[in-house]
Amino acid sequence: MGIQGMEILAVGVVLFMFMAVLKQFGVLEPMEDSSESDLELSTVRHQPEGLDQLQAQTKFTKKELQSLYRGFKNECPSGLVDEETFKMIYSQFFPQGDATTYAHFLFNAFDIDRTGSIRFEDFVIGLSVLLRGSVHEKLKWAFNLYDINKDGYITKEEMLAIMKSIYDMMGNYTYPSVREDTPFEHVEKFFQKMDRNQDGVVTIDEFMETCQKDENIMSSMQLFENVI
Amino acid sequence: MAAGVATWLPFARAAAVGWLPLAKNSMPKPPGDKKSRHDEILIVNVSGNRFQTWKNTLDRYPDTLLGSSEKEFFFNEETQEYFFDRDPEMFRHILNFYRTGKLHYPRHECIQAFDEELAFYGIIPEIIGDCCMEEYRDRKKENQERLEEDTEAEMATETPLPPDSTLRERLWRAFENPHTSTMALVFYYVTGFFIAVSVIANVVETVPCRAPKGMLKDLPCGEKFSLAFFCLDTACVMIFTFEYLMRFFAAPSRGKFMRSVMSVIDVVAIMPYYIGLVMPENEDVSGAFVTLRVFRVFRIFKFSRHSQGLRILGYTLKSCASELGFLLFSLTMAIIIFATVMFYAEKGTKDTNFTSIPASFWYTIVTMTTLGYGDMVPSSIAGKIFGSICSLSGVLVIALPVPVIVSNFSRIYHQNQRADKRRAQLKIRLARIRLAKSGTTNAFLQYKEHGGLQDQSSGNQALCIRNRSTFEHQHNHLLHCLEKTTNHEFTDEHTYNEVCMAESMDYRTSRSTSISSQQGQSTSCCSRRAKRRAIRLANSTVSVSRGSIQELDTLHVQKSIPQSRSSLNARTQDLKLNCGGDMDFTAAIISIPTPPANTPDDSLPPSPAIPGILRNSQQMGDMSSQYTQEAIKISSL
Repeated sequence: MGIQGMEILAVGVVLFMFMAVLKQFGVLEPMEDSSESDLELSTVRHQPEGLDQLQAQTKFTKKELQSLYRGFKNECPSGLVDEETFKMIYSQFFPQGDATTYAHFLFNAFDIDRTGSIRFEDFVIGLSVLLRGSVHEKLKWAFNLYDINKDGYITKEEMLAIMKSIYDMMGNYTYPSVREDTPFEHVEKFFQKMDRNQDGVVTIDEFMETCQKDENIMSSMQLFENVI
Repeated sequence: MAAGVATWLPFARAAAVGWLPLAKNSMPKPPGDKKSRHDEILIVNVSGNRFQTWKNTLDRYPDTLLGSSEKEFFFNEETQEYFFDRDPEMFRHILNFYRTGKLHYPRHECIQAFDEELAFYGIIPEIIGDCCMEEYRDRKKENQERLEEDTEAEMATETPLPPDSTLRERLWRAFENPHTSTMALVFYYVTGFFIAVSVIANVVETVPCRAPKGMLKDLPCGEKFSLAFFCLDTACVMIFTFEYLMRFFAAPSRGKFMRSVMSVIDVVAIMPYYIGLVMPENEDVSGAFVTLRVFRVFRIFKFSRHSQGLRILGYTLKSCASELGFLLFSLTMAIIIFATVMFYAEKGTKDTNFTSIPASFWYTIVTMTTLGYGDMVPSSIAGKIFGSICSLSGVLVIALPVPVIVSNFSRIYHQNQRADKRRAQLKIRLARIRLAKSGTTNAFLQYKEHGGLQDQSSGNQALCIRNRSTFEHQHNHLLHCLEKTTNHEFTDEHTYNEVCMAESMDYRTSRSTSISSQQGQSTSCCSRRAKRRAIRLANSTVSVSRGSIQELDTLHVQKSIPQSRSSLNARTQDLKLNCGGDMDFTAAIISIPTPPANTPDDSLPPSPAIPGILRNSQQMGDMSSQYTQEAIKISSL
């Protein structure tokens, strides 16, 4: 490079710096859009239905509903629980394992109308069924939980998914340790019991029938009544 | 688990119904339910501020005071509320912790007060939320540092030496803290003076004086008056050597001393002289020796022992080492870049100064620091453009780390100022506290004098005793019990010293009494004590700060002197104990701010209404006889 090359370079440097300064002052607009996102869901709120209506829909007393709502509102001031929060909350109870998959299934079981977030009504209605419902209702709820695609049939794949998620919650350190095929065997046993006509799927009637005949299941249904 | 989790637990338990049809085994029984599941509102009354909250809220944290059954201790049956006699402002934050699960640290509160509240309510400070944790930690560290600093300084400089300290220890103490004795102070000023003289001599000897007769050009004064300067230099070096050797002798850890910065500076300052003595008068070697003389300028660093500001500056530079390092590194980078660019830019020019890249370094440094000597100037256009960029960026690069260093210096300097102020105020505070304390003792002694220890049957005593509170009565009774237990009596410093004086007088004047011979032992220590009193003025700091920290916090119960002459015989042992040690006569204190209302006038000087015990030492002559009377009187109490 001779003198000339160097001078051209110098001029180039000066021009570049000039443009940088202009850009800084906003005279030359940069090409990208300014990001205005992030305003989406933070202002979304939900207020529940009136106390009386909820009382009619569920089997809780007014005081119980009040207490439940206070706790709910404290945790979720916006009135809605989205799936991520739900997973996080549920995972805190099972520190050893990974509860996210099961929490996902649970979320879908509570979020009846598939809105993507649980409102207080969903929460309370679900709890009402679980705690104060009849055995029939509870079993129906359990069936709904296992039926992932909500088509009325529990297939082996669905059951396997549920089983795996339950075993995931146990974590790695169990005695005896969970082997690869433990969930599979558990599912086989379940299907043997439940699937009356051996057609590979369990319908709700088969499910109800089998459970009502099983004493263990029937007696343990009363266990969680006094939780609230 | 956090509060939120506790709220969701019932829900998680309910959802367990989903496992039931799949369960391999039967489920265990649920835990027994507590009696009241219904939520109720509790009232918590904190110093009059009534806070109300749901019981569930408090139950979220069962290992704290409010969450456990410990709060039942504070339950007030009549008002059906929990009453706490604590700060209501702080309680607000505590309660918010229960409500939201996050503990916040209020910035305007004192960190220790906050800690105490947390400790009371059983909450560990680690729970403080991230938003406030940093502030909390900073304040706590600052506080701790300050306290440590104070105690350290106290220990190091102002605790009095034990009487059996060796010469070495005393010497070291004198060197480290020149204010402890006049000798040390004198030495301090003398060395300071000689450092100044030496530095000035070094400077002046290079100034050109008028040439002596027979020479053409001016000579530097050093060569004209070489003998005078040599003598001066010798004297200074003598002093410095002496000082260095004394310090070396007195240092508790010689290795550490030799490695310390100040001692290295000392050595470097005096070495050139000795090397010069040893060196032969050789032409080549003395050329090298002349350059060694430049090290004499290090003597100026010896001033840092004398000036605290210099020490602070040095400490600041040390603590800003990383910023300085960054500055240096970025400057070096910039210098190399710009020197390279300038060299290649100016390469084509004829007769250019920029002969090589290292030669361009000089130009770059001069330009970046905005000096601009003008000895090297670019002439091509490219060179000028890059040169101007270089000078602009130089300003920025240098300006960036400087505020950091400045703020560091300012912080350290102010810290030092505060520390000094605190130390000065500490002395005043302690003096006042002593005053109050001696008031307490005198209160008790007055109480005794006024016959308070007897049954309060006679009416005229009511006037004398004045309006003493129940607390004082009980306190005085307690002190009296102690007296009876040990068969000694409380007295105060004056009296005790007077007793010592009296005994020493006794010993010297009348050798007839058998007592005095037996007190030969005690006299020696008493006389030492007398001497101590004489130099008390010079060592005012010693008496004030003696065990200062302890004075502020703890109880000292002195062993009182024996009262009567007869018991004096038996208890010379005790007397010796009292005299011999450095034990201070702090009166028994239970609470510091006790009755100033009663005794400010009576504490010092003591009122004449109380004969004998609390007299000042002017009447020394008839002191002994008076004392005997009083001794008998006391023993009859």
